[in-house]
Amino acid sequence: MYKYDEIDQQIVDERVKQYSDQTRRYLAGELSDEEFRPLRLQNGLYIQRHAPMLRIAVPYGMLSSKQLHKLADITKKYDKDYGHFSTRQNLQLNWPKLEEVPVILAELATVEMHAIQTSGNCIRNITTDQFAGIAPDEVIDPRAMAEIMRQWSTFHPEFALLPRKFKIAVSGTKQDRAIVQAHDIGMEFYTDTAGKLAIKVWVGGGLGRTPILGSVIREHLEWQHALTYCEAIIRVYNLHGRRDNAYKARIKILVKALGIEEFKNQVEAEWAHLKDAPNTITEAELLRVGKHFETMPYENVAANDAGFDAAIASNPAFAAWVKRCVHAHKQAGYRAVTLSLKPHGKAPGDATSAQMHTVADLAMQYSFGELRVSHEQNLILADVKISDLFAVWEKARAAGLATPNIGLLTDIICCPGGDFCSLANAKSIPIAEAIQMQFDNLDYLHDIGDIELNISGCMNACGHHHVGHIGILGVDKDGSEWYQVTIGGKQGNDASIGAVIGPSFSADEMPGVVQKLIDVYVKERTAEERFIDTVRRLGVAPFKAHVYNKDLSTKTDEVLA
Amino acid sequence: MSNLIQLNTTSSEPIAKIAENNWLTIQLPASTVEARKQAGKVVLFKLTGEETVTDTQIADTVIPATGKMIVPLSVFIARKEALLSRITSGEIGVWLDTHELLSDLVKNQPDLNVLPIIAVHVERFADGRIFSLGTLLRTRYGYKNELRATGDVLRDQLFFLKRSGFSSFLIRADRSAQDALASLGDFTVPYQGAVDEPRPVFTRYNRAV
Repeated sequence: MYKYDEIDQQIVDERVKQYSDQTRRYLAGELSDEEFRPLRLQNGLYIQRHAPMLRIAVPYGMLSSKQLHKLADITKKYDKDYGHFSTRQNLQLNWPKLEEVPVILAELATVEMHAIQTSGNCIRNITTDQFAGIAPDEVIDPRAMAEIMRQWSTFHPEFALLPRKFKIAVSGTKQDRAIVQAHDIGMEFYTDTAGKLAIKVWVGGGLGRTPILGSVIREHLEWQHALTYCEAIIRVYNLHGRRDNAYKARIKILVKALGIEEFKNQVEAEWAHLKDAPNTITEAELLRVGKHFETMPYENVAANDAGFDAAIASNPAFAAWVKRCVHAHKQAGYRAVTLSLKPHGKAPGDATSAQMHTVADLAMQYSFGELRVSHEQNLILADVKISDLFAVWEKARAAGLATPNIGLLTDIICCPGGDFCSLANAKSIPIAEAIQMQFDNLDYLHDIGDIELNISGCMNACGHHHVGHIGILGVDKDGSEWYQVTIGGKQGNDASIGAVIGPSFSADEMPGVVQKLIDVYVKERTAEERFIDTVRRLGVAPFKAHVYNKDLSTKTDEVLA
Repeated sequence: MSNLIQLNTTSSEPIAKIAENNWLTIQLPASTVEARKQAGKVVLFKLTGEETVTDTQIADTVIPATGKMIVPLSVFIARKEALLSRITSGEIGVWLDTHELLSDLVKNQPDLNVLPIIAVHVERFADGRIFSLGTLLRTRYGYKNELRATGDVLRDQLFFLKRSGFSSFLIRADRSAQDALASLGDFTVPYQGAVDEPRPVFTRYNRAV
C-alpha cells in the first residue's frame, strides 16, 4: 500500500498543527461556532447527540496492521474501546472529546493517517472496491489512481468550500463493487481498444434525500486527464451549484436541472482550457505511485490444498464460513477473507479494540500486514493462503469475527442512526439487531441466500438504503420514529433505486415486515433466483399485498412518509 | 491600524505584510425593491436567492470626483463612459459579488489589466465561489494586478485564497490582520498545482518510492 514520503508526512504534520491552533482559538472564543464548524467538519469532527464524533480517513479502504493497532489504541485511550467502520470505508469514533482531537490527530499522523476532508463541503475520501488488486475479474487496479486523486483533492484550494459534500468512487472491474453510479463522480477504469488505460466518467449520482444514479458524462477519457477533467466538472459545480438550500446543493441537482447534455457542454467548454494544464498526470507519477501497489510477494503454492479440502469435508461450520466469507483470488492458492463485523445482535460495523488488535495480528501473520475496509462495513484480509484459511477461521471465530453471513440477510449495512447521530430521525442499530435476531438461524439464512438489507436513520442515506434489495429508512412523524421500506434497490452495474412498498412501520413491526418480504420470496422464487431477481420479475405488488395484509393494515393510515 | 494584508512579491521578504488601504470601496445604496428569489430557475442558479441590482441603485450610487476607488461591477458597466478618463489614469478598480459573472466584466472591459485592482466580495466566508473566480481571473483572463478578497474574509481561508490567485486580503474588521498573517503559511508544500504554484508536487520534486 501507499507509504508516505517526507512531503506527505509534512502535510499531515502541518495539518495537526493547523487544526490544534484552530481548536485552541475556538476554545478561547476567538472563533465562533459558525466559523469553527466548517473547519472541524473538514477534519471529520461532528458535534453529535451525546458527544462529538470523529471520522478518521481510511483512503480507499486500505489499512496496515500497524495502523489498525494504532486505531485500536486510540479507541481505548480516547474513546469507549470500540470504533465504527462506515460505509465510506472510514473509521468513526463515537465518544472523543473535542479538546483531545488534536492529540488524536497527532497520534494518527505517526502512522500516516489523518481525518482530512472526511466531512464538510469538500472532496471526501475516495472509495473503491475492497478487492482492488486481487480480484480475478479486475481489469485495472484502481488504487494508484485513487491515491493520485487523494493527493490532488487534499486541500485543493479552488474546491475548499463547495456548495455541498463531494464524493468520488473509482473502480477497475467489470462487475462494479464501488457503486460508482451512486457518487458525485464515478470513474470506471478500463483498457481501451488501443490497449491504453481509459476512464468512463459518471457524474451526478448520489443517495441522500434525492436518490439519483449518475449519468455518463464521458465514455472515454485518457487517464492522464483524470484530474483536469474532475477540475472542470467541479468548477462548473462550484460556480453554479445551489448554495441557498442545502437539500438541493449536491451536484446531482445541478446535473438534473441543466440536463446531462447541457451540463456536459459546460464541463467540456471548461475542460478545453484545462486540458494538458500542469495537473495532467505524468507517466512517471503513475509509475511511482503504482509501485506502492505492486503484487504481493506470493509464494508459489498449489491451487489446491488437501488439508483445506479435508477440513471443508469434515467441518460444516468451517465449510459454511468458507462459502460466505472466502472469496476468489487472482493468484493460485490464495483467497481473500471477509471478517464479518455483523455478528447477530451487535451494531453492524462496530469493532472493539481487542478485535482490531486481533485483525491486525491476523493481517500481519497471514496477509502481508495489510487489510481493507469494505463499504459493506466488514474487514478484509486480501491475501491469505488456502492452507492458512483454517487457522484464520479458528482465530477469527474466537474473536467473534467469523459469522458466516457475508452477503446474507444479516450482513446489514447500517448507519449509526439515532443512538449517536444528531441528523438521524430514527434509530437504526436496534432495528438491525432485531432483524438479525429474527433471522438468527444460519441454515435458514443460507437458504434465503444472497440479499442485501440496508438501513439509514435518515434521508441522508449513510446506510445506502436506496440501493439495498431491502431498504429501511428511519422517518420522523410528529416526534416518533417510523420506518419506510423499499425493495428492488441494487448496487453494481445494473444499479437501481428501490421502490417504497407503502406506509411506514413502527420499530416493533420491522422484523415481522422483513419476515413477510422473505416469505413471499421463498414462496415465489424459481430455483435460480435471488431475492432481487424475484422482486424485479414480480414487481412490488405481491410483496406489498402480503406485508399489508390485515394484521398490519390498521396502522397504515397513521403515517404516509 | 489597517486590516489589509498584502502579499510580498519577492522571495527574500516574509510571505505578506500589513499594508495601508489606499482604495475606497464604493457601495451601492440600499435597494427599495424586495429581493427577487429565483429558486428553481436553472439558468439563474447563480442568482438564486440573491438580490439583483436595480437601475435606481446604479444611478444613485455616489462616486466621489477624485481619488482611487473600487466601484461595483454593475456601476462600472453602466457608467463606464463617465468614468473613462479616470479608468485610463488608473484611479478605478472594480469589485464584484461571488454570484456575478466574470463574462459580464470581460465583455465590458476586454483588457482587464487596465484595472489596477479587482476585488471579489464574499458575503459569507463559506462561499467557495470566490476561489473559482480568483482562479479564472488569473488563469483564464490573464489578470495580473492586485486581486483582493473583501467581505467575510477570515484567516482560516487565507491559504486557499492565496493559492487561488488573491494578492491582498481585507480581513473582517473585528478580526486581527496581524494574527491572520500566520495562516498564510499553514502548508509548506501543497500537493496540487494552483494559481500561485501551477506545478503539482509530482512535477516539482523527484519523489522517491
